[in-house]
Amino acid sequence: MIVQGLFYTAALVALLASLLVVTSKHAVHAILYLVVSLLALSLCFYLLGAPFAAALQIIVYAGAILVLFVFAVMLFNISQEDVRREDQWLDWKAWVGPTLLVLLLLAEWVLFIELAANPSGSEVVLVDARAVGARLFGPYLLAVEIASFLLLAGLVGGYHLAKKLPEESQ
Amino acid sequence: MVEMELLFKISVLVLTLLPTAALLVWLERRLLGFWQERYGPNRVGPFGILQSLADLIKILFKHDWIPPFADKPLFVLAPLIGALAVMMSFVVVPLSPGWMISDSHIGLLFFLAMTSLAVYAVLLAGWSSNNKYALLGGMRAAAQTICYEVFMGIALLGVVILAGSFRLSDIVEAQQEWWFVIPQFVGFAIFMIAGIAESHRLPFDLPEAETELTGGFHTEYSGIKFALFFLGEYLGIMLISMMTTTLFLGGWLGPWLPPLVWFLLKTFVLICFFILLRASLPRPRYDQLLAFGWKWMLPLALVNLLVTAALKLSGGT
Repeated sequence: MIVQGLFYTAALVALLASLLVVTSKHAVHAILYLVVSLLALSLCFYLLGAPFAAALQIIVYAGAILVLFVFAVMLFNISQEDVRREDQWLDWKAWVGPTLLVLLLLAEWVLFIELAANPSGSEVVLVDARAVGARLFGPYLLAVEIASFLLLAGLVGGYHLAKKLPEESQ
Repeated sequence: MVEMELLFKISVLVLTLLPTAALLVWLERRLLGFWQERYGPNRVGPFGILQSLADLIKILFKHDWIPPFADKPLFVLAPLIGALAVMMSFVVVPLSPGWMISDSHIGLLFFLAMTSLAVYAVLLAGWSSNNKYALLGGMRAAAQTICYEVFMGIALLGVVILAGSFRLSDIVEAQQEWWFVIPQFVGFAIFMIAGIAESHRLPFDLPEAETELTGGFHTEYSGIKFALFFLGEYLGIMLISMMTTTLFLGGWLGPWLPPLVWFLLKTFVLICFFILLRASLPRPRYDQLLAFGWKWMLPLALVNLLVTAALKLSGGT
């Protein structure tokens, strides 16, 4: 009972924080809400019986958002003017399209749950590090390899962009 | 009642950690004085041991000032995040077989997660102060953490491979035969270096480098908020020392003396080593620090991981 209460609280926090990520007028505040949202998600993972995934969620994403933070400060040069411009962009008309799409998704989802009617129950199965590793190097090996290719491409691209050009070509 | 016992342990831990952190400030100043052939604070109480208490009283009565140009909520939140994230990590540290608050099976990962959250304190402080020196300090902390956190994790994986578990008490038990500092010496050295960088201690205290950035990320802080940053830093030293003891120096294991005494002794020696480093090493330049991290430490940590895994698979160690 307590666990369920905790889960729904964390889920609510994650939802609200995600909404605030989109609606914040200030880039840095948006990033901070993203951190809160990911922390709440991590708690959800933990309560669902996946402590390993929960810990990785914090370690990996907290680090990733740090990079995002540096970029936000470096590139956006945030000022009062930006906040005003952002304010204009967040007009109610801009919300019509996304809201419709999300409602469509929600309707589909509700329909799916109704049709499937799968009483998945609430028994918690513990997924530890060994289980995650076995899955990653078993059934999901291809996905892992594809992801690693993607990361390699990013690495090579970053190296190319940051490389010092030879003197004569400058 | 299990819960009551747990609450009791937590309160004892908190009530011991906070005064110890304050005492560490005094110890550091005295030891620095000793190594630099001067006295250090020796007036308040016997040997000046009450110096921190006097400082605390002074700092509590200071005007709690928030600069008008600062981002107020973040400015207040930042020091709290720093001190809390470090305090949370102490939950998983096994002091002795009978004294563990949480013997979680993801203990090591929890420690890494909390250290990666602790840097937000420095970053947010630097950013919300709205001051160029503070911002530079915060950005330095971010870049430094991204770099040093990566190989800190990789260096620890060697220990995890040898012990076969993320549970810290399992890791200590696995060191019955010999301490991991012997088979994992490279990992030990890398973890120590990364630990100093993570707790922003000299020689890696570039986020606050007072000679070039006036005070770095805490330039605008004063009074109790500044004290919280200070508390976080000293708790950080204790945490890194305790984790090094647990992971590489056999934790509570040792002959004759009770386990808790062994643990505290090893931790104390490491803390003194941290202070000695501050007394003896100059600060590197910022680009040197990052180049050293990415070009030397990271490959070294990867090679260490590879060799450890290969030896484990081939049945050695």
